[in-house]
Amino acid sequence: MSVLGPYAVFIGTSYALVVLVVAGLIAAIVLDYRRQQAELRRLEASGVTRRSGKSPEQT
Amino acid sequence: MFLARLANPSRFMAFTARVLPWLAIVTALLLALGLYQSWTAPDDYQQGATVKIMFIHVPNAWLSMFVWMVMSASALGTLVWKHPLADVAAKAAAPIGAAFTFLALATGSLWGRPMWGTYWQWDARLTSMLILFLMYLSLIALWRAVEDPTRAARAAAVLTLVGAINIPIIKFSVDWWNTLHQGESVFRMGGPTLDRAFLIPLFTMAMAFTLLFITLHLAAMRNEILRRRIRTLQMMQADGRAL
Repeated sequence: MSVLGPYAVFIGTSYALVVLVVAGLIAAIVLDYRRQQAELRRLEASGVTRRSGKSPEQT
Repeated sequence: MFLARLANPSRFMAFTARVLPWLAIVTALLLALGLYQSWTAPDDYQQGATVKIMFIHVPNAWLSMFVWMVMSASALGTLVWKHPLADVAAKAAAPIGAAFTFLALATGSLWGRPMWGTYWQWDARLTSMLILFLMYLSLIALWRAVEDPTRAARAAAVLTLVGAINIPIIKFSVDWWNTLHQGESVFRMGGPTLDRAFLIPLFTMAMAFTLLFITLHLAAMRNEILRRRIRTLQMMQADGRAL
């Protein structure tokens, strides 16, 4: 960080924030996808199907 | 024609399932290249090393406005054509747009402290960006507050289109008012005032963040489509009959 001069803290904090927020966004979307898939599997197991006869997971 | 075909939720799900892994790979590679270019860029003669903050601040600021424009186009799709994917697109984009706006505000603030001597100034550019952030939060709250998706879609679409007025205000605030925030230095008459040494990493990062938005947006749209299917199935289950 010393190569960044006297403002290293501001630069480092900025990049760290971006990494944190972007990683948080990715994690939230991935976890949400897993939640939806689990709920679909649960519904399918209980016999609820789509009009097309396809499993919701197939699309 | 291609877009019209994609407008079918099932085709959209099938297409994005194939495309998303590739998009994610290209985004990661471009982000890595952008970060490398940003960290090896020379110091600016006035800003010193803090110019590196610009390589993440500017793309986030551009995207914060771009995402709202995407949502505005989706709002028209909801209100005019009543297209089922339009509201899905808008709802999925809002949290991502809010995150980009937050990052633009935070990194701008972290750049402002050493360069301007203050984290915050109530000038036109900063204030209009803060308003944009609050509008994103209001929209997210609205979608969560209204249970019926159709009613929520219509209300959110109207709010999105009203909020679009803020976009030209943000863009031209540095021209219309005397602001602490510097004027336009990239997209301006007479060409950019930035040196190539800064323009190249800036554009690479802007492209990388745009691809990141597209990737996250498509993934979030898939989640939203699944959520709506689950809701329909749950309602049918509650009615005690199969679809």
